[in-house]
Amino acid sequence: MANIVVYVEQSGGAPRSASLQCIGAALSTGHSVLAVTSGDGADRAAAALGKYGATKAVALVGNAPWSPDAIARDIAKVVTDNGAKAFIAAATTTGKDVAPRVAALLDCPILTDITALSAQGEAFTASRPWLAGKAIATLTSSASVFCATTRPNVFAAVEANQTCEVVTAQASSDGKAIVTSVAAKAGAKLDVKEASVIISGGRGLKGPEHFHLIEELADAFGSAATGASRAVVDAGWRPHAEQVGQTGKTVSPKLYIAVGISGAIQHLAGMRTSKVIVAINKDPDAPIFKVADYGIVGDAFEVVPALTAAVKAARQH
Amino acid sequence: MKIVACIKRVPATEAQVKVAADGRKLDAAGWQYMASFYDEIAVEEAIKTKEKLGGDVTVLTLGPSEAAKEVREFLARGADTGAILKDADPSARDPRATAKILAAKVKSLGADVVFVGRVATDHDNAAVGQMMATYLGWACVSEVVALDLGAGKGVAKRETEHGVETVEFTLPAVLTCNKGLNEPRRASLKGIMAVKSKTIAEESFENVPNQIAVVKVELPPARKAGRIVGEGAAAVPALIDALRNEAKVL
Ligand SMILES: Cc1cc2nc3c(=O)[nH]c(=O)nc-3n(C[C@H](O)[C@H](O)[C@H](O)COP(=O)(O)OP(=O)(O)OC[C@H]3O[C@@H](n4cnc5c(N)ncnc54)[C@H](O)[C@@H]3O)c2cc1C
Ligand SMILES: Nc1ncnc2c1ncn2[C@@H]1O[C@H](COP(=O)(O)O)[C@@H](O)[C@H]1O
Repeated sequence: MANIVVYVEQSGGAPRSASLQCIGAALSTGHSVLAVTSGDGADRAAAALGKYGATKAVALVGNAPWSPDAIARDIAKVVTDNGAKAFIAAATTTGKDVAPRVAALLDCPILTDITALSAQGEAFTASRPWLAGKAIATLTSSASVFCATTRPNVFAAVEANQTCEVVTAQASSDGKAIVTSVAAKAGAKLDVKEASVIISGGRGLKGPEHFHLIEELADAFGSAATGASRAVVDAGWRPHAEQVGQTGKTVSPKLYIAVGISGAIQHLAGMRTSKVIVAINKDPDAPIFKVADYGIVGDAFEVVPALTAAVKAARQH
Repeated sequence: MKIVACIKRVPATEAQVKVAADGRKLDAAGWQYMASFYDEIAVEEAIKTKEKLGGDVTVLTLGPSEAAKEVREFLARGADTGAILKDADPSARDPRATAKILAAKVKSLGADVVFVGRVATDHDNAAVGQMMATYLGWACVSEVVALDLGAGKGVAKRETEHGVETVEFTLPAVLTCNKGLNEPRRASLKGIMAVKSKTIAEESFENVPNQIAVVKVELPPARKAGRIVGEGAAAVPALIDALRNEAKVL
């Protein structure tokens, strides 16, 4: 059994769920997990990781401001010092930023946003989407360290009763790029990449003033994210962080509800791996119905408020 | 200021996908190509930087001779020089190989700043920019949506799940460009005429072998046929029932 180093993001000592899924993915290969945490609360987060199957955790402590190049160096050092055979992080905005740098420091390629992972001994095989999911490639690596990021919501976190040895190390502080401030998002909304339910709106909503219908339906589900088609992002109705599709975000939630979205090939590429797809569209021939598990043909302005009320009622029982 | 914008020629987003006979690549028959969507934003930022701070813009691609078409388009928009590192099938390269080959060229150009796309919309690596910067030992900010470059340093903004980060960095740097950073301009007729007969230099490079191999390529599993549960608001109870009792997601 070899070590897989997993970078675990945390906030205030609570590990992020996408990172716990990443530990789950690593453990599924039969190897053991050496977790790395950083930032304020790194030590508390590290101490919690035995519950999710880590055998060792390195908490990088210190008051250094966040720097992607400095953290990458610290992680690469943990990988090298421990002779790890693989390095994995979650494909969040942080993981996507940092993991390729770690790979380059190790002089290894990286497989980003993987959706399947297995190993025979120390030979790793992973699958990842090409062309935003129009095709799936299965790949092997002959690199000295297998590096990858895992797509959120694809792998399952495990619950374990592992004793986890926690060590602390000093985080380095001489970054070439340094985050000097973070403006918190208004309403602390969930990002589409991590949400398990996404409600997306398209041009069928006729104008930005009607997107409260989408937001209210998202609220009815408790913690759903709101998404959008490119047409409405380009029109300035919605922020581009919400765009789903080949030139936006690729998502795989448990439930994806498309409202007033026609289902262009570039949109489908970004959401067709969702577990359950619901389409609401007034045109029975809209291509979105070809990928939908359940469809309602009708006017969004009529159907969505009724659905919002019904979801609220259903969730109370 | 020596400015470089890296672009990759990728299949147009309308491309329909078929697996090739060997099961290890995609059948490119009938495909149209384009510069990757985010590379347009990278080139625009490069030209804007030149307009603000002076200098010249090189459009660099590792790709086939046919990429001259995309390079020429960017010259028409205002870039100064094009360079093709001639590679018949750049999509067959892993991101490490691509980053190392591009980094070597960027270094020989003596660049101060390199703009790349957030992701190339073929293999969706979203890795080459960060890796290139790491090999060069430079600063890198990924997924940039706002930028202010000055002498020897800059400030960028990027969007994350927890909010908008402000990042200060030193030059030289690699910046990976996200949608929202700018609106790419169109080429003027004058620009198009001026570059029409321009040949784009093709260069060779020291090869970096791949460390990733393709086992197989497949189409995603077809979704099982769905159904229309009904019309209008009257169909809502049937949908709730299906979500709760069949799909078990409610
Ligand atoms: C290079 C490139 C990249 C692209 N990348 C993306 C991408 O990443 N993501 C993306 O989404 N698109 C992308 N596109 C755009 C894509 O081709 C489509 O133009 C876009 O997805 C259409 O958005 P839409 O479905 O909201 O609008 P439309 O296609 O206009 O569809 C609106 C739908 O709403 C329905 N409708 C109208 N009124 C109502 C009503 N009252 N109630 C219910 N339904 C109603 C209509 O029947 C129609 O089906 C890209 C295109 C290109 C060229
Ligand atoms: N073959 C290539 N030639 C030039 N630039 C490239 C090449 N591959 C990737 N890039 C640049 O790196 C960015 C990210 O690519 P990728 O990491 O492959 O998603 C692209 O948007 C380009 O700017």
